[in-house]
Amino acid sequence: MTSTDTTAAVTGTGATRAEYCVAACADIFTGAGEIMASPMAPVPLLGARLARLTTEPDLLITDGEALILADTPAIGRTGAIEGWLPFRKVFDTLASGRRHVVMGANQIDRHGNQNLSAFGPLQHPTRQMFGVRGAPGNTINHATSYWVPRHSSRVFGQSVDIVCGVGFDKVDPDNPAFDDVHIHRVVTDLGVFDFGGPDHTMRALSLHPGVTAEQVAENTGFPIADLESAPQTPAPTAQQLQLIREVLDPTGVRDREVRS
Amino acid sequence: MTHGSGPRDKTSTLDQVVAEIEDGMTIGIGGWGGRRKPMALVRALARSDVKDLTVVTYGGADLGLLCAAGKVRRAYYGFVSLDSAPFYDPWFAQARLAGAIESREMDEGMIKAGLEAAAARLPFLPIRAGLGSSVPDFWEGELKTVVSPYPDADGRTQTLIAMPALTLDAALVHLDLADRHGNAAYTGVDPYFDDLYLAAAQRRYVETDRLVPTEDLVDAVVPQRLVVSRMHVDRVIETPNGAHFTFAGEYPRDDAFQKFYVESAGDEEKWAAFRTRFLDVDEPTYQAEVATWHAEQEDPK
Repeated sequence: MTSTDTTAAVTGTGATRAEYCVAACADIFTGAGEIMASPMAPVPLLGARLARLTTEPDLLITDGEALILADTPAIGRTGAIEGWLPFRKVFDTLASGRRHVVMGANQIDRHGNQNLSAFGPLQHPTRQMFGVRGAPGNTINHATSYWVPRHSSRVFGQSVDIVCGVGFDKVDPDNPAFDDVHIHRVVTDLGVFDFGGPDHTMRALSLHPGVTAEQVAENTGFPIADLESAPQTPAPTAQQLQLIREVLDPTGVRDREVRS
Repeated sequence: MTHGSGPRDKTSTLDQVVAEIEDGMTIGIGGWGGRRKPMALVRALARSDVKDLTVVTYGGADLGLLCAAGKVRRAYYGFVSLDSAPFYDPWFAQARLAGAIESREMDEGMIKAGLEAAAARLPFLPIRAGLGSSVPDFWEGELKTVVSPYPDADGRTQTLIAMPALTLDAALVHLDLADRHGNAAYTGVDPYFDDLYLAAAQRRYVETDRLVPTEDLVDAVVPQRLVVSRMHVDRVIETPNGAHFTFAGEYPRDDAFQKFYVESAGDEEKWAAFRTRFLDVDEPTYQAEVATWHAEQEDPK
C-alpha cells in the first residue's frame, strides 16, 4: 500500500508533517491487541485513536482522567464510556503489563534512557520539571514509546541527567524483573526510530518527507544506526487523513504541536 | 454523644489540627497533583509556626505552598504537577533549585506500595518500579532491594525494589462529604489514595466540603464511594470549598487563580501581596478574598 499512497500524498492529498506524525504514532500500536493505550500528548493521542478506528479496534483508551471510553471521540471531547480506571487501577494495569504508554521526554540518550524529571544534580537541580512520574514503572513493566515534537540535540544528547525511563543498557539479563523492558518506538517531527541498532542503540526506521539524514544527524547528539539508508515514512492513507481531519482533530490541535 | 450513646463527635477546627502537628513530623497529603488537595489544612499549616516537615505526596500546589512557607525539610513524591498550564509548581521548583529540600523522588506506583505497606504494618513491599532508574540515587542508600526466595521457572531469581513502608505521623485529606464521626465519601471520578494515607498514619485528619448526618451521607452516595470509615479518622473539619484552587467532586479547578498563584510566585512584591491577602489570613477570609478577586477579574477597575 505504501508506494501508491506515498505518491498520492505527495502529489494529491498533501499530508502535513503533523499528519505524518499522527499516522506514525498510530503505527506504534500496530499489533498491540487488547491493551490500554496511554498517550501523554495530543499527537500520540490522535495516533492511538486513529489506530483504534482503523486496525486496532480492541485497544482501550481513557478520557485522561478515570473513565474508559467506549467511543473514540475527537480530541478534547468525551463520549460514551465502558469502564472505570482511577489512578490506583492504572498502577495495577501497568504492573500487569497490559499497557503501552507514549511519554514525552526532555532528554533521551542513545540507549533509550529518558528524563522528564529535572536537569542538573539530583538534590540541587538547575531546572525542575515533573519528577520521575510513572516513567520508572512504565518502562520496567510494559511497552513504552516516546514522542518528541521538536527533534534536537538538546533532547537527544550524550546522556540524560536523571534516568526516569529505563534504557536498554540498564537491563540486568540475570534479573528477570527486567524482562519486560521494551522501548518500542520514538516518533519525532523528523522521523520514526527504534532501538534496533547494535547493542540496542537508536536506529532510524524512516524519515518524514522533506527530512534529510544530515538534518537528523545535526539535531542528534549521537550517531543513529541506519540513518543514511532510512526510507521515507509511509504517507497517511486517504482513510487515515479523513479520520484525522474530519473526525479526530477538526480544529487542528496537531498543527499547534508540530508545525509544517 | 454526651450520653455515651453512638460514636464520638470528631468535628474540629483547623487550629485544633495545627496544634497537634509538631516540628519534624512526617505528613502525608492526599489528593493528586491539582486534584482534591486538602488545601484549607495546607493553608493552616503554612501560616502556623510548625517547621522541618517531611511531606509524602502526589504533589501539587500543596507542596508548593508549604515550600513557599519554608516548612519542608524533606519530600517523598512521585511527581509535582499543577495538572494544567503552567504545570510546574513555582515554589517547589525554587526550593529544589536552592537545594532547600531533600528529595526522595520515586515512581508514582512506589508511593502507593509504600502506603500499602504502612497500612498493612509491613516493613516493605516488593515492586518492579524503580529498578534501573535514578530513583535509588535520590534515596542515598535508604532504598534497598529484596531477592525472591522463589526462583522463576527458568531458574533465574527476581531481585526487586523493597519499597519501605511510608509510615506517617499524620495524614491530611479532603473528601467531598463526611459525617461528624469520620465516615466520608468522594463524589468525583477518582478516590485517589486518601484511604491509604489515612490507614498509613498515626493521626488522621479529614477536611470536607459538607458535613452531613450519617443517614444523609449514606443516602447521597452508593456504598462503594464510602472509602473512609471512622476507625481511620481522628478529626473532621468542615471547610466549604476547602480544596480550592484544586478541584473536588463538586467544583472545578480554579485555573485562573492557579495562574495568578504562579505569576505571583515569580516576583517578590507580587508574592508579598499574594501572601498578605490570601495566606496570612484565616480560611473564611481566604474564601471571601478569592470571591472578591474573581469579581475584580470580571470587572477590572
